Amino acid sequence: MSGLLDRIAGHRVKEHHGAPRVIVDEDQWRRVASSELAAGQCTLLGLWGDAGAVHMAMLDESEPVVLIVTLPCRENQFPSIGAAHPPAARLERAIRSLFGLEPTGLADSRPWLDLGFWGVTHPLAGRVTATPSGMPYAFLPTEGEGLHQIPVGPVHAGIIEPGHFRFTANGETVVRLEERLGYVHKGIEQLMAGATIDKAFRLAGRTSGDSTVAYALAFAHAVERACGAQVPARAIHLRALMAEIERVANHLGDIGAICNDASFSIMHAQCGILREHTLRAADACFGHRLMMDAVVPGGVALDLSSAGSKSILDLVARIKRTFPKLVELYDNTASLQDRTASTGTLAPELARQFGAGGYVGRASGRAFDARRTPGYAPYDRLAFDVPVLQDGDVNSRVWLRIREVEQSLRLIEQIVGDLPAGAFLSKVDPVTGTREGLGLVEGFRGDVLAWVCLEDGRVRRCHLRDPSWFQWPLLEAAIEGNIVADFPLCNKSFNCSYSGHDL
Amino acid sequence: MRRILFESLLAAPLTEAAPAMDDAVVADLAGRLDRAARRRLGRSLSIREVDAGSCNGCELEIHALNNAFYDLERFGLRFVASPRHADVLLVTGPVTKNMREALRRTYDATPDPKWVVAVGDCAVDGGIFAGGYAVVGAVESVVPVDLHIRGCPPRPAQLLAGLLTLLEAIEA
Repeated sequence: MSGLLDRIAGHRVKEHHGAPRVIVDEDQWRRVASSELAAGQCTLLGLWGDAGAVHMAMLDESEPVVLIVTLPCRENQFPSIGAAHPPAARLERAIRSLFGLEPTGLADSRPWLDLGFWGVTHPLAGRVTATPSGMPYAFLPTEGEGLHQIPVGPVHAGIIEPGHFRFTANGETVVRLEERLGYVHKGIEQLMAGATIDKAFRLAGRTSGDSTVAYALAFAHAVERACGAQVPARAIHLRALMAEIERVANHLGDIGAICNDASFSIMHAQCGILREHTLRAADACFGHRLMMDAVVPGGVALDLSSAGSKSILDLVARIKRTFPKLVELYDNTASLQDRTASTGTLAPELARQFGAGGYVGRASGRAFDARRTPGYAPYDRLAFDVPVLQDGDVNSRVWLRIREVEQSLRLIEQIVGDLPAGAFLSKVDPVTGTREGLGLVEGFRGDVLAWVCLEDGRVRRCHLRDPSWFQWPLLEAAIEGNIVADFPLCNKSFNCSYSGHDL
Repeated sequence: MRRILFESLLAAPLTEAAPAMDDAVVADLAGRLDRAARRRLGRSLSIREVDAGSCNGCELEIHALNNAFYDLERFGLRFVASPRHADVLLVTGPVTKNMREALRRTYDATPDPKWVVAVGDCAVDGGIFAGGYAVVGAVESVVPVDLHIRGCPPRPAQLLAGLLTLLEAIEA
C-alpha cells in the first residue's frame, strides 16, 4: 500500500513543521473519514477548529507518519467525520460550540463544553452573540422496565475535579453511563490567541496540572519546530528526566488511589509516601514539586546540580527498595484482586478504534507510545520497554502502571548516569511571518498533542488535545454491566483529566 | 502485609512538625468569627473540597495533606464527602462560569457556621485565566471568603499552615 501522504491529494503547507499539513477539498476530507479512519488504517489524533477551517491530525502507525489535513469550511460547514468514525463526535460537537462550524451529518446536535453559562455563543468564532444562560440538556433516552437514573456531580464526593455522570441502572447494574463535561472549561484557547510565547507556555503548563511537564514539553516541541530552534542535548535529557519523574509520581498516586477505592488503604498510605518523596526530589532539583514552568521553549528553566543528581538517584534507590514489596502485597491480596480483576473491562477493539493512549490503551492491547511512535529525543538513545497487557480490566491498568514505574526508573537511571554536559537553554528567536508546528508527547496519561500557529512571534492559534478526549468515551463503555459501587474503581483506573479535556 | 506493617511500626514517624502560624492573620480571622460557634465546634473542622475550575494542580497538593508527612487528621481536620457535613469549604480554581452555580449551591448546602478558604492564585483573583469569556474569576466574587492561601499550587506545608491558622482563629 502506498504511503499516507501519497494517498491524500491536497496542497502541502510549507510553513508547517513537525509533521506535514495538507489542505484538502471536501471529497478528500470525506475519503479520509471513510477509508483512513473508519477503515482502521489511521488513528485519529485530533480534530480542531480555526478561523473558517477545521484541522485533523491522524497517525498511520504502519509507516509511521503523522499528517494534518485542513478543510476550509464553506458557509461554516464541514462534512462530519464523527458520523462515520465515532471517536470524532465529541471533538466535532466542541468545534460547533466553540467556533459555530457545523459538522453536517453528525446525528448528535447537542452542545459540548458549552453548558449555557458563558453569556455568549461560539466564543472562538470572532462574531460573538449573547445568549440566555442555563439551557436544558437532553441526556440520551433509556427505556425498559425497572430502570432508574442516578445523577452524580458536578461536585463529587472527594478531592476530585467536577463533571456530571448520569447513570441509568437496573438494580445495581449500570445499563448506561453518559458523561456531561465542560464544568472546568476556562477558555484556554481564547486566552492563548494573541498571547506571547512566554504567557502561552505558562497556560499550556496549566491545562492539566498533573501533566504540566508533558504539556509544557508538547508546547515547546511545537514552538521549537515552528521556529526551527535547536535545543541543547543536556536540555533534551533533563526534559525526559522530568517527564519520567512526573510519570512515576502520578502512577504511584494512582496505584494507591485505585486500591483505596477498593478500601485497601495500606497501599494508598505506602504509595503516598513514595509519591511524596518523588515530589520532594523534583522540588529539590527543579524548584517546584510538580515541575511547573520548568520546561520552557528552547530548553529547561533550571539546570540539574550534582546534588540534584544524587537526590534523584537516592529516590530511585528508595523506590526500588520499597516498591517491589508493595507490588507483592497487591499481587498477594486476593480480596483486593477480587475487586479489580474482570472489573471495568475495555475491549481491545474499542481501544484501537478510539486510539486510546497511555495505560488505558496499553492495558487493552494497543501497543502505542508516543516516545516510540513517532518518537522523539532522547528516547531513541535510551533502553526501555513499552509494557502491553490484553485483559483491559482495572487489574490490568494497575499492573500496567506498575510496569511503567519500573521502566521509568530504568530511564531515570540512564538519563542521570549519562547526562550530556553543556548549555541547558538556548534562545528561541522570534520568527517573523506565519510559522506552524506540531508536538506529540507521551504524558503519564497518554499522548498529549499541541499545535501552534505563530504570527510574528505571537500565538495566533494554539490547540492542545488531552489524551482524555479518547478515554472518557471508553469509560462509558467499560462501566456497562458493572455495578454502580464499582464505578469509583473504574473511574480511578482510567483517571481521565477533566481540566485537560475541558480546556 | 504483616512485614510492611511491622517495618512501619519500627520505623521513625515521617510526620512533620506543625508549621508556624502568621499572628496577623490569626488576629484578623479571630475578629470575624463568632465565639459561640467556636465553642460548639471545638478543635475539629470538617472540610469539603470544591474544585470550581482548577487545573487539578491544587487538588494534587490538597491530596498530599492526607499523606503520612502532613497527616491532616492529627489536627482534628478531616475531609468529608458532603457539604452537609462540612464546616469549611476549600475552594480551588478560577471560578468558571460553568461552575458558578454549583459552587453557590454547595455553599448554600453547607450549614452555618461555615468558613470558606480560597486555595491557589487562581482562586484569589482568577490567576493566569483571569479575563476570559468562560471565567468568573475570584472565589470571593461568588461566595464570601475567610482566608486566602496563595501559590501555584500552594505547597502542602502552606496549606497546612493556612488551615491551622483558621483553626486557631476559630478557637481564639
